[in-house]
Amino acid sequence: MAKNEHTAYAYLRTTKKFPNIWCAGCGIGIVMGALIRAIDRIGLDKDDVAVVSGIGCSGRMPVYLDFNTMHTTHGRALAFATGLKLAQPKLHVIVVMGDGDALAIGGNHFIHAARRNIDLTAIVINNAIYGMTGGQYSPTTPLDMRAATAPYGHVEPPFPICELSIAAGATFVARSTVYHAIELDKLIEKAIRKVGFSVVEAVSYCHTTYGRMNKLGSSVDMMRMLKDHSITLAVAEKMMPEERAMKIVRGVLHDVDKPDYLTLYQKVIERAQATIDGKEFLRAGPGGLE
Amino acid sequence: MTVRLMQGNEAVGWGAIAAGCRFYAGYPITPSTEIAEMLSRELPKLGGIFIQMEDEIASLAACIGASAGGLKAMTATSGPGFSLMQEHIGYAAMAEVPCVIVNVQRLGPSTGQPTSPSQGDVMQARWGTHGDHPIIVLYPTSVPEAFELTVTAFNLAEKYRTPVILLMDEVVGHMRERFEAPPLEEVQVVDRMGTNVPPEWYKPFGDTIGDVPPMPSFGSGYRYHITGLYHDPMGYPTQRLDEINPWIERVQRKISNHLDDILMYQEENTEDANMVIVAYGATARSARHAMKLARQHRHHVGLVTLYTIWPFPEDVIQRIGRMARRVIVPEMNLGQLALEVERLVGRHKVIRVNRADGEMVSPQMILDAIEGR
Repeated sequence: MAKNEHTAYAYLRTTKKFPNIWCAGCGIGIVMGALIRAIDRIGLDKDDVAVVSGIGCSGRMPVYLDFNTMHTTHGRALAFATGLKLAQPKLHVIVVMGDGDALAIGGNHFIHAARRNIDLTAIVINNAIYGMTGGQYSPTTPLDMRAATAPYGHVEPPFPICELSIAAGATFVARSTVYHAIELDKLIEKAIRKVGFSVVEAVSYCHTTYGRMNKLGSSVDMMRMLKDHSITLAVAEKMMPEERAMKIVRGVLHDVDKPDYLTLYQKVIERAQATIDGKEFLRAGPGGLE
Repeated sequence: MTVRLMQGNEAVGWGAIAAGCRFYAGYPITPSTEIAEMLSRELPKLGGIFIQMEDEIASLAACIGASAGGLKAMTATSGPGFSLMQEHIGYAAMAEVPCVIVNVQRLGPSTGQPTSPSQGDVMQARWGTHGDHPIIVLYPTSVPEAFELTVTAFNLAEKYRTPVILLMDEVVGHMRERFEAPPLEEVQVVDRMGTNVPPEWYKPFGDTIGDVPPMPSFGSGYRYHITGLYHDPMGYPTQRLDEINPWIERVQRKISNHLDDILMYQEENTEDANMVIVAYGATARSARHAMKLARQHRHHVGLVTLYTIWPFPEDVIQRIGRMARRVIVPEMNLGQLALEVERLVGRHKVIRVNRADGEMVSPQMILDAIEGR
C-alpha cells in the first residue's frame, strides 16, 4: 500500500506540520488512529465531525485531525462541547481527554455531562499520570505507585472511570487499551453511533514519566503489561471479584437506551412555542408582551 | 411603541434576544438570576437554547462552544461567578470567539454582600484574566440603557470577534423603570462576518481582509482549529516570534483602531465647567443630581458619563483634564477608575468620592466634594 493510501491520511491535516508532539512510543497516537478508523468505518463526512479536547498530552490530538477542532482549557472540554453540540446538533462531537483532565479539574463537568446525557462521545485516555507537566499523580494513579509529586508512594485510591460514568448516567461505557487497537476502534465506533453520553476509557501508559519513576521499563514493556493484565468482559464474568479487581476489564460495560438531552429539550421548545406570548413577542418585540 | 415598567435584569434579557442571542448558559447567582430566569422562559419560544450549567466556568465554556457553532451566546453572573469565568474570558479573547458576559456586581470581595450594589469589579473586568489582551466593557446607568447596551455588546462582540463584558450595578439590575420597547425590526443588529472563499483558502486567524478575520461556524464546511495557545493564521499552535507578535498586534489593533465605534460617553454642561464629574453606572445618576444641585448654587459643574469604561476613553478625559480645575470621580468602590482618570489628568486635580459598604454614593456626598467640604 502506498503511503498516502493509508486510511488515516484522508483525515489528517496536510497543512499541519508533523511530526506530532508525543513521545516516541506513546499510546495517544494509537487512540487517534482508532478514532480515525472508527469515523472512516461509520462513513462520517469530515464537515460533520468535531473533536474537542482539553489540556495535556491528549489535548494536542485535535490539531492533527482534519475536522472542526477545538483545543480548549484544562478540564473544561465537555462544557465547550456541550455548547457546540447544542448549537450544531448535526455535528458528531467527540471529546478527547486525559485522566487528570477529565476526572480531576474536569470531574464536575464529567459527571454532569453524563447526568444530562448529552449526545457526546467522551474518550478518556488513561495513563494514570499527568504526562505533559512531568509525571505528577492523577486521580487514576494506583495506590502505592510513585509519581513526581508522590516520591514516597501514592496514598489516594484511584477513580474507576467506567464505574463512575455508569453511576453518573452515561448510556454507553466501554474500556479497552492501546495494545488492543482494533478492539479500541470498534468500541469507539459503537460509542459514536450511540445517541447519548458515551464514554470509552482507553487505558494507556506513560513510559516517559510513570514508567521511569516506577521502573516499569520501556513503552514495549508497558504495552506488554496492558496485554498481560487485561481480560475481556466474558472472562472477567467467570472470575472471583478479588481476582477480577487486579485486571483491566475490556469490552462494553454498559449500554442502555434513554432519551438524550437534545431530544428532551425539543419538548421544552415545543411547550414554550405553544404559549401565546411567545408568538406575541415574535410579532411585536419585547413590549408586545403586554 | 409599547411602554412598560421593566426591571434592569429583564431588559438585559430582552436586549440579548433583540440582538439575536439564541444561546444562554449560566449558573444561578444573586443579583443576576432574573436574567437567566427570563431567558429560560423566552429563548425556547424562539427555538433558542437555555441551559443551566454546573458552574460558571462551564457556563462560559458552553457559550464559547455555542458561539463556535454559530449561535450568539451570553452568560450572566455576579462577582464570585465572574472570578470563576476569568480563564474563559481569556480563552475567548485568545481564540477570538464572540460572546457576551454580564456581571451584575455585588459587594465584594468573596461572597461579600449578594444583594448590595458595588462597582468593585471595574478593574477585574479589565485585568482579571492572565496575560495581555484588549477587552470591551460597557456600563449602563438605567433600565433602557441596559437594553441598548446589551444589544451593543452583542454587536461589538460580533463585529470585532471578541468577548464583551456588560458590567451592571445591582441597583440598575433590580430597579424597575419606564421602558419604551423599540419594534424588533428597528433594533440595529450586527452579525459576525462569514466567508465565501474556498475552504482551503480560509484562514481563521488571518489578516487578509483586515484585522478581524471572518468566522464561519463549525459544521459549515470550513474545518479549522481553535486553541487557547498562541497560534498562527491557520490556528495551529506556534512558538515562532514572527507569528506571535503579529497576532498580539492585530488583536490590539482591532480594538484600538476602532475607538470611535467602541467608545460611548455623554457630556453634560462641560462647555463652561471648571469642575467635571466623571461617573458611570448608577453613580452617574447621583452625579447628575449633584450637578443640578451644584448648578443651582452657581457652581460651574459638568458631567461625563462613561458607557464604555474599557477601553478607557483617554482622549475625552485628557480634554476634560485640560479644561477643568477639579475632576471628581465618585465610585462605589475604594477608587478604581479614579486611577485611570488620575493617570490622565494628574493626581492633584482628582477628588475621589468613594464608598464600598453596599450603599449608593449619594448626591450629597458628591455635592460636598464639589463644595470642598
